[in-house]
Amino acid sequence: MTVGLFIPCYVNQFYPQAAIATLQLLRKLGVDVVYPPRQTCCGQPMANSGFDHLTQECNDLFLENFSGFDYIVAPSASCVLHVKQHIHSTADPAQAAHVRSRVYELVEFLTDVLKVENLNARFPHKVGIHQSCHGLRGLYLAQMSELNALPFSKPVQLLNMVDGLELVTLDRPDECCGFGGTFCVAEEAVSVKMGKDRVTDHTKNGAEYITSVDLSCLMHLEGILQRNKSAVKAVHIAEILNSTL
Amino acid sequence: MEKQTKDHAALAKAFIRDEEHVNWHDGALWWIRQKRDIASKQIPEWEALREAASQIKSNVLSNLDDYLVQFEANAIKNGIKVHWAVDAEEHNAIVYSILKEKDIRQLVKSKSMLTEECHLNEYLIERGVDVINSDLGEYIQQLDNEPPSHIVLPCIHKRKEEIGELFHEHLGTEKGVSDPTLLTRVARNHLRNVFVTRRAALTGVNFAVAETGEYVVCTNEGNADMGAHLSEVQIASMGLEKIVPEKKHLGVFLRLLARSATGQPITIYSSHFKKPREGQEMHLILVDYGRSRQLGRPEFRDSLKCIRCGACMNTCPVYRKSGGLSYHNTISGPIGAILAPNLDMKKHADLPFASTLCGSCSNVCPVKINIHDQLYQWRQVIVREGYAANTKVLSMKAMAWTLSSPGPYSKMGRAGRWVLNTIPFAVNNKFNPWYKQREMPDGPKESFGEWYAKHNNQTPEAENQSK
Ligand code: SF4
Repeated sequence: MTVGLFIPCYVNQFYPQAAIATLQLLRKLGVDVVYPPRQTCCGQPMANSGFDHLTQECNDLFLENFSGFDYIVAPSASCVLHVKQHIHSTADPAQAAHVRSRVYELVEFLTDVLKVENLNARFPHKVGIHQSCHGLRGLYLAQMSELNALPFSKPVQLLNMVDGLELVTLDRPDECCGFGGTFCVAEEAVSVKMGKDRVTDHTKNGAEYITSVDLSCLMHLEGILQRNKSAVKAVHIAEILNSTL
Repeated sequence: MEKQTKDHAALAKAFIRDEEHVNWHDGALWWIRQKRDIASKQIPEWEALREAASQIKSNVLSNLDDYLVQFEANAIKNGIKVHWAVDAEEHNAIVYSILKEKDIRQLVKSKSMLTEECHLNEYLIERGVDVINSDLGEYIQQLDNEPPSHIVLPCIHKRKEEIGELFHEHLGTEKGVSDPTLLTRVARNHLRNVFVTRRAALTGVNFAVAETGEYVVCTNEGNADMGAHLSEVQIASMGLEKIVPEKKHLGVFLRLLARSATGQPITIYSSHFKKPREGQEMHLILVDYGRSRQLGRPEFRDSLKCIRCGACMNTCPVYRKSGGLSYHNTISGPIGAILAPNLDMKKHADLPFASTLCGSCSNVCPVKINIHDQLYQWRQVIVREGYAANTKVLSMKAMAWTLSSPGPYSKMGRAGRWVLNTIPFAVNNKFNPWYKQREMPDGPKESFGEWYAKHNNQTPEAENQSK
């Protein structure tokens, strides 16, 4: 089994440590991981802004980079969701369908494909989970509060394997943080208000760290934490799962 | 309100300025969302009910013409006078002509968002007919000359102190009085007088049964009934999509509606109207007003399944933080943002973008409308049709950036990080909306790609694999 590592554009540029943690974690678990270096972006920023018709070049590049793998894994739920729902190809629809069906967000790859039961990880801190909406309601990584259905959570399942880690309970466990792609600048006032309220929920419930499967949400929350000189830090879940502090 | 030129972002920004008020608004709606959660979780078959409702509505939308004809025939048989209106103007003209024929100059109204959509009040007032909205929330909005900000809780954006002030101004209550019980009592006394003196009453329609030609109006205050029972002319305005095929289907929708709306098991009054009383005239107006056009748009057709419970608004974090009036359309919130561009794409081009696409709305919706997917679809349509003014610049930037082939992309990434590290003030300034209230991410020395090239002996193979 060879896994193609998909590192979304903004993670590559701004959060290399999360990408490194993802790579190391997968290798630690015995996975053969390859990073195709010519990758850029999945096209989501354009598509979500209404420019889906301009994403063909991005799609083609993505397919060129990732068609040859058994699985494609990325530490970003929203990019994975975009690939799953929207990557298409007029030249080779079958290839696009193959890629769409083989792409996994890191956490779901660990729980559903590798079926990880132990992690040699330690992170002795109080942690709040920010449920990325694309991970929660798009990829169904956990049960959402809207549905009348049995609870489960893939991120919690993994975080429970981390030594010393204590999860905090939030007042609103699955509310959106307000990042929303270009929404975060086009609707700056609402976006920031939503982010502030999410941060408050974590801080007032005692979190030292806010973690998530999506770095885009974390980038937004981190920006607010730092502006307010908060001691609370944002950290991607891969870094916790790979941590031996 | 309709003449405003500001878009959602600007109106929301104004609403957010009073943060304490926003917190209250957000909390009040979240409280209702929680009541809805509790109510829905007490019914084991909740998800099956949603599915049933959604499928019943699919059937209705696929056979709407037949059901409408069947409904009309049965309604006429029952003694109801049925009218058809293609748009708002025609609807208003029909209402006016009914009143004029009887020389009626006063109308009492209850539970009708459709007449708000049609701006019936203004139309009638211009023609010398006095209209009064009898439901408390709508009554308050009318006093303030504002449209409702929520389809179930029309004045949820107002604090009790503001309402006290309005009552002081218009109803002569003492200045500073804001006790809800007291204010409600004052309003009730005013309205009682209205009910007994008006000869004509208009209500909306929640459900119309094709099989029987009857219609159902769901209210908590009972004002629709009071108006209808005391009137000599009773008018009901309904959108074409309100049809359900058979009476037995009401059981599905009535169980979902109130629980989704407010967490109640059922609305206090679910009144069935079938035929006029002796001596009374009963009119029903079937209004299209863009609905058949939406029915013809495959990707947005399911929006016509909406039963107007308001749950999508209560759950929507953007709605809760920005207030219903920021949507500058009668139906606000997530569902309004799908319905509005159908009516006027240019004027409402901003609304499908007033969402993070978090998906909470679609999962709370009792008839399972894929609201957030439709918002995504509208964005594509609006851009394609050339109406994407507000977001265009940003999107173009994102496009130029992401469309770049791998070489320019990594160069630009390096340049971007260099800028962040070396001259942060170039991005950290007031022209950068990100930076206004948030720090920019730290620019790491090297990207993951660069790190990987240095630290990974598998690079050549990876290169091969990617070609
Ligand atoms: S779209 Fe769904 S949730 Fe929103 S008002 Fe209509 S029925 Fe209710």
